[in-house]
Amino acid sequence: MYISIVLFILIKYCMNKIWFVMMVGSMCFLIWSNPESILSCMIEAGGEAFSLCISLCAVYAVWLGLLELVEVSGLGQKLARLLKPLIKKLFGTNNEEVEKMIALNMSANMLGLGNAATPMGIKAMKSLDDGSGRATPAMIMLIVLNATSIQLLPSTVIGLRASAGSLSAGDIILPTFLATALTTILGIILVKLCEKACKKRKNKAGGK
Amino acid sequence: MSAYVLPIIFISLFCYCSYKKVGVYDNFVKGAKKSIPLIVDIFPYIASIMIAVALLRASGLTSLIASALSPVFNFLGIPTELVELVLLRPFTGSGSYGLLESVLQTYGPDSYISRCACVILGCSETIFYVTTVYFSQTKVKRLLYAIPVALVCAVVGSCFACFICKFI
Repeated sequence: MYISIVLFILIKYCMNKIWFVMMVGSMCFLIWSNPESILSCMIEAGGEAFSLCISLCAVYAVWLGLLELVEVSGLGQKLARLLKPLIKKLFGTNNEEVEKMIALNMSANMLGLGNAATPMGIKAMKSLDDGSGRATPAMIMLIVLNATSIQLLPSTVIGLRASAGSLSAGDIILPTFLATALTTILGIILVKLCEKACKKRKNKAGGK
Repeated sequence: MSAYVLPIIFISLFCYCSYKKVGVYDNFVKGAKKSIPLIVDIFPYIASIMIAVALLRASGLTSLIASALSPVFNFLGIPTELVELVLLRPFTGSGSYGLLESVLQTYGPDSYISRCACVILGCSETIFYVTTVYFSQTKVKRLLYAIPVALVCAVVGSCFACFICKFI
């Protein structure tokens, strides 16, 4: 499954170092203060991870089931068509296939299903590649929009909150929406500004 | 008010599906089935990051780091309890869900701290992870300003999240 590929890449690139520092650093500390607690602490954390996975599994079962309905009923396609003018403006693309992939990626992100958005994002990125070895403005826009994307429904977080016994798990929808709207607008502005700055520098270099 | 948002969305989704003559039950089952392999795939990653975080906590290193950095974060309006979460968020999605879970358990799901944590998680992404994954299929070597812009947005988002949770 794509998730394992994705996680493999992550682990390969940066997590090895991070994890090493975390483990060795904390063990060096614990050897002085409380050496016999190390193993029991690790096993206890493994158990906690397992129970977290059970609640995550429940959350995913609900949301993936609903997402399947969204896709099968054709709502996903409709959403893509709705977002098309916006995508044209932001990315400056003219490719039908790329636009559809970006639209599906954005809509899955909006529904808080980052995992479902990943395969579409990878495909869009691949077709945006111009082979120059440098990220194009459209690619950077896609990364930044994915990093900040507007959340209409932060589904996983709501799910975890509900399973922790919240009285009104849904009341984070509005603040999350506002916060992501702000970061998305900020992201778009910053990308456009950096794009302009880059172009200017390039023109100067070309003029000399 | 927002308690009604989810049920209304669900009801309209179901009605739309049966209007389109889509097998509601069949397809829900089909989607829900995907959750098991997904969990099997991500469990080892969640476990390893939670083990590392548990050790960090037990050793007292996190509180050291958090208290060292908390003046900066407090200045930005982010409570000390959430410094760890904000720092870990760009690296690991599953790990930050693990942290969120412990925040929810410690402070109660409806407290100010927990709501802030939820909004921070909702409005940020695992930037390093997304970037590596998305560029993995391309020949791009130079990312230019992609990561700095994304990180600036994440910090601003977290500050705003803590700010807005005071009112809503």
